[in-house]
Amino acid sequence: MDFVLIVTIFVLAVFVGFEVITKVPPILHTPLMSGSNAISGITVIGALVAAGTGQSTLTVWLGFAALVFATINVVGGFLVTHRMLSKFRKREQ
Amino acid sequence: MTAAIVNLIYLLAAVLFIVGLKGLGHPRSAVRGNLLGALGMLLAIVATLVAQDILNPVLIVAGLAVGGVIGAVFALTIKMTAMPQLVGLYNGFGGIASVLVAGAVLVQALNAGISGAGVETGGGGLQFLIATAASGLIGGVTFFGSVIAFGKLQGLVTEKPVRYPGEQVVKVVVALAAVAAGVLLVRDPARVEYYWALAGIASLLGILLVMPIGGADMPIVIALLNSYSGIAAAATGFVLTNTVLIIAGSLVGASGIILTNIMCKAMNRSLANVLFGGVGAVQKSADDGDDIYAGRVKSTSPEEVAMILKTAQKVSFVPGYGMAVARAQTPVRILSELLEADGVHVDFGIHPVAGRMPGHMNVLLAEENISYDKLREMDQINPEFPNTDVVIVLGANDVVNPLARDSAGTPISGMPILNVDQARTVVVIKRSLSPGFAGIKNPLFAADNTLMLFGDGKAMMEGLVSAYKEA
Repeated sequence: MDFVLIVTIFVLAVFVGFEVITKVPPILHTPLMSGSNAISGITVIGALVAAGTGQSTLTVWLGFAALVFATINVVGGFLVTHRMLSKFRKREQ
Repeated sequence: MTAAIVNLIYLLAAVLFIVGLKGLGHPRSAVRGNLLGALGMLLAIVATLVAQDILNPVLIVAGLAVGGVIGAVFALTIKMTAMPQLVGLYNGFGGIASVLVAGAVLVQALNAGISGAGVETGGGGLQFLIATAASGLIGGVTFFGSVIAFGKLQGLVTEKPVRYPGEQVVKVVVALAAVAAGVLLVRDPARVEYYWALAGIASLLGILLVMPIGGADMPIVIALLNSYSGIAAAATGFVLTNTVLIIAGSLVGASGIILTNIMCKAMNRSLANVLFGGVGAVQKSADDGDDIYAGRVKSTSPEEVAMILKTAQKVSFVPGYGMAVARAQTPVRILSELLEADGVHVDFGIHPVAGRMPGHMNVLLAEENISYDKLREMDQINPEFPNTDVVIVLGANDVVNPLARDSAGTPISGMPILNVDQARTVVVIKRSLSPGFAGIKNPLFAADNTLMLFGDGKAMMEGLVSAYKEA
């Protein structure tokens, strides 16, 4: 893919990120952090490619280690965010 | 599956991430937002598995299973009080994954004999190499910085700022060494050892950057590392020329930067000041000998406070990190329920940097089933303090210190505070008169309308609950 094209995607995504997240209220800062952290576990895609298509023992095991770390990040991140968010309730009096 | 279909699924995943993050902006939509994000991730993973010719499916299944089980066990068993550590650690895992993926792709590219231009990349060699170096650098800083942050929050590494002469010089030298290793790698990519040297130096840099940062500045560090983990993922996206990595990484990077900025504003400090200067270590001896406490501090008992609460109509709690340490949330909730049962208006004033990560107090109080509309932001609750009968300050110090508002030249001057001193009566629950993280005295403790309830936060809150029941 053209370098300029992916830089374009990158820059636009940064702006989308700023626009979407600017208004998050302080009470949700922790879930926002753990939830966005789970999304940064998207590196799992790269790990799958490295571990799954690696031609040498070294690349396969590097990929495998990355896969384990990234999966912890993804699964743990989304789950713990869900657990936290389920506590945020409004009690009707 | 054709590349076009895979890329369209990646686009769908990216859209789900954006919609999901948007959902995290309100308590009503947050649960669904998080689930949408998870769905996006699942789609991206499945599409990748189907599209790639996986040579060793057993290993892939094993990796997903091991990581999934570890992640799930952590997530489901961790106590809410330990949440800052866990979030800190997860930031690091994202970082190390980026280091390893970029390393694997580099090795693979070299094995394939295409020095410079990766097998997985259609792009130019220079982009690939610079992105690889960036992944190693940012990922390494993120991982080891997060490990130190975890250690500090878990109590394995001292929470105090670790400072030494020549500290800034050491950090600059190590940062330059990392950049130098990156330049060497780009110039001579055949020597993969440059990459590992880069990752190693970056790791050292991560340690050096976080060690000097004290406990009360942790919210800023955690938010910043959160941002780095996203940027590392985006860099890996440039390595692989993979759009979903770039988009997801940039979203998280932006989110972390916004949080970092909010935290810095709430402390009236620049990011550079937090990372390179910092209160706590230097100004510890800011004592001028003039004892502002002598003869003016009024000590009280749970019984007396209970009597005051009995006549109150509006009560606010202001929790700080001390509440988390004392694990006093439960008696706080019980007392708030008793007060409400008597028709008292109860709410909670929460400073943005109270605790050890952004939103720390809110999570602890939500865990106690306290309705989220009672958790008030600083700007909302500050105008109401003059009409508040009783404020109970529990384990907070610097964020309620009137010096920040009224005098210049202190380490916290200009920091926005909760104006609890404007309430009719302020009850401060604290072990002693010892200063907070900023190392300065707090005139609030000696104010005419302040009563000090000396003791352990949990014991005192429990004492208040039983005294209130009997009063």
